[in-house]
Amino acid sequence: MSNAELKRANRKTAIKLVLATTTMFFFGYALIPLYDVFCEVTGLNGKTGRLSSQEVSQMSPDESRLVDVEFVASVGADLPWEFYPLVAKISVVPGAETQVDFMVVNNAQYAVTGNAVPSVAPNEAAKYFSKTECFCFTKQSLKAGESRKMPVRFVVDPDIPRGVSLLTLGYTFFEALDTAGLHPTEHTYIN
Amino acid sequence: MSEAAAHDDHHDVQSTGLMRWLTTTNHKDIGTLYLLFSLTMFFIGGSMAMVIRLELFQPGLQFVDPQFYNSMTTMHALIMIFGAVMPAWTGFANWMIPMMIGAPDMALPRLNNWSFWILPFAFLMLLSTLFMPGGAPAGGWTMYPPLVLQTGDAFPYLIFAIHFMGASSIAGAINIIATVFNMRAPGMTLMKLPLFVWTWIITAFLLIASIPVLAGAVTMLLTDKFFGTAFFSAAGGGDPVMFQHIFWFFGHPEVYILILPAFGIVSAIIPTFARKPLFGYSSMVYATGAIAFLSFIVWAHHMFTVGMPLAGELFFMYTTVLIAVPTGVKIFNWVATMWRGSMTFETPMLFALAFVVLFTIGGFSGLMLGVTPVDFQYHDTYFVVAHFHYVLVTGAVFALMAGAYFWLPKWTGHMYNETLGKWHFWLSTISVNVLFFPQHFLGLAGMPRRIPDYAVQFSDFNMVSSIGGFVYGASQILFVVVVVKCVRGGEKATDEVWEGAQGLEWTLPSPPPFHSFTEAPDPSSITGGNR
Repeated sequence: MSNAELKRANRKTAIKLVLATTTMFFFGYALIPLYDVFCEVTGLNGKTGRLSSQEVSQMSPDESRLVDVEFVASVGADLPWEFYPLVAKISVVPGAETQVDFMVVNNAQYAVTGNAVPSVAPNEAAKYFSKTECFCFTKQSLKAGESRKMPVRFVVDPDIPRGVSLLTLGYTFFEALDTAGLHPTEHTYIN
Repeated sequence: MSEAAAHDDHHDVQSTGLMRWLTTTNHKDIGTLYLLFSLTMFFIGGSMAMVIRLELFQPGLQFVDPQFYNSMTTMHALIMIFGAVMPAWTGFANWMIPMMIGAPDMALPRLNNWSFWILPFAFLMLLSTLFMPGGAPAGGWTMYPPLVLQTGDAFPYLIFAIHFMGASSIAGAINIIATVFNMRAPGMTLMKLPLFVWTWIITAFLLIASIPVLAGAVTMLLTDKFFGTAFFSAAGGGDPVMFQHIFWFFGHPEVYILILPAFGIVSAIIPTFARKPLFGYSSMVYATGAIAFLSFIVWAHHMFTVGMPLAGELFFMYTTVLIAVPTGVKIFNWVATMWRGSMTFETPMLFALAFVVLFTIGGFSGLMLGVTPVDFQYHDTYFVVAHFHYVLVTGAVFALMAGAYFWLPKWTGHMYNETLGKWHFWLSTISVNVLFFPQHFLGLAGMPRRIPDYAVQFSDFNMVSSIGGFVYGASQILFVVVVVKCVRGGEKATDEVWEGAQGLEWTLPSPPPFHSFTEAPDPSSITGGNR
């Protein structure tokens, strides 16, 4: 190989490898949506589905059995809210749409926006649990001292394995990242 | 080819003094810089380990506060992995690969200079965090959020230091691949490459595939902390466990980046001192490739306890345990190479033999950790600490020592002091086992890692371990003495240096000329890695 040829060959190898490096950098970022898709398809990580009411109406409810659903609500650190379900536990017919209500109260003397993050346990059952309406689909803004009743409509898929008779739906409210830190750092509570 | 010709017909003008080292594009100079840098980091990281062992000498809090203790464990790991072992391998590659494949220099000499010189800045940045408000990073070298996001002013320095280290090792990897692909002497076919070159090529591809993923992960941490993204924050719909997945997608190939070149060095040393060709050359190449492939599909065995479905735990357990097969092939080949060989036990061979035995112990404890149900007991205990120190200290570091003793006469032109070398070996080997072996028992008994205090029933083993640690640390000063003495003088080394040595690097004078092979070596002198 002549000197010029060698230089060209080295340059070509280097360019290819730089491209490979760049690709792998973006692959790191691509892992995030890939994991999300993976979790949604498999229902791992407690990721729940979302259905329209029409899709639910096409399900044939399995009247022969009942599944218990428990509700848990918690609030992330630094969010001056009270948050609780109005019923702790109900029995539902798989395939039939059900509505329950959660209550949230803003105890701060200023408006706060929050995000509710859902999770279903056990993991294996998460993919059989779908919501048609939920306060977790959008951010919730509460004025100082405001309280709000928030509905969740959900359906348990009739295909849910017979072994699962109890599901737990949990929500955690976090302060929305874009407003966090904008209000006074020392929270002053009304009560 | 004469030494004079090599100097005359080349365009480089050698600067002198400091400028020579700042501007050098010569593979031997850069190799030396890498190795000296690595040795410095080995002692800085080592002194942090001494602080850790001092604090753990007795139960209770004696010398340092817990925050500082945690920053010591974090910094010790980052410095040893990215500052000591990885640059040392690049240093060996720079020195040896052109000489082993019959090339005059590395393919991209300017890139080579640059890839070394960003390292001191990266580590200056990392070490400067020790003096910052909030202290040095203390959330563990794995940088799990949300804990790592609580790091003080040090946080952005940590992230950018890692970016720099990554850029340096990727540049080094690109250079090595280009050199081996394009600059082999005629007759040096791929299946004749010495195994050190083979293992480095595979390491280089691992670097290119995994380091950018780490760069992405730490960039996400940076934007999560300062720019309002929520990759790992549940509040914004992200997931902290996601970081662990991305980190270990890098992290597991990384452990093979640290150990594959060690396999290459041991595969060069054992045949030399057993005076027999390496047993199973091609199976060694394929086993290395298999290990590299498997390293990309086992990452979640580092996080069995995060709450994975059974299918995931089984998959990662089976693939993890499968790695024992190609690794077993290697151990078998080394033992078979020694079988009925005419063995002598000079210092490089002693270190290589200790490597085979002690690395295998580390491999066995790795198998135990790879089994999901028992990992639930061992996770985050001292058993894990014992495991990875057996594979990284008595594995990677012992192979580095073996390689250094093996090639020091070639590099300096002088034989090192064999008596001092043997003292260094025996002191190191005995003390390193006193240091790490009791940690297995501590871990099995339930002592958690990364905590500056412990329950009193762990006192005796911790004291034994600390004594081993101090002796091991002090013994390494002997190595510096050996190197300095060897550079300054000693018995003149022959070209071949070792009686049983095979390979192109031993056909060059000791020390070799500034440019290794400006004319390709005679193809008939290329007998290949398997001879």
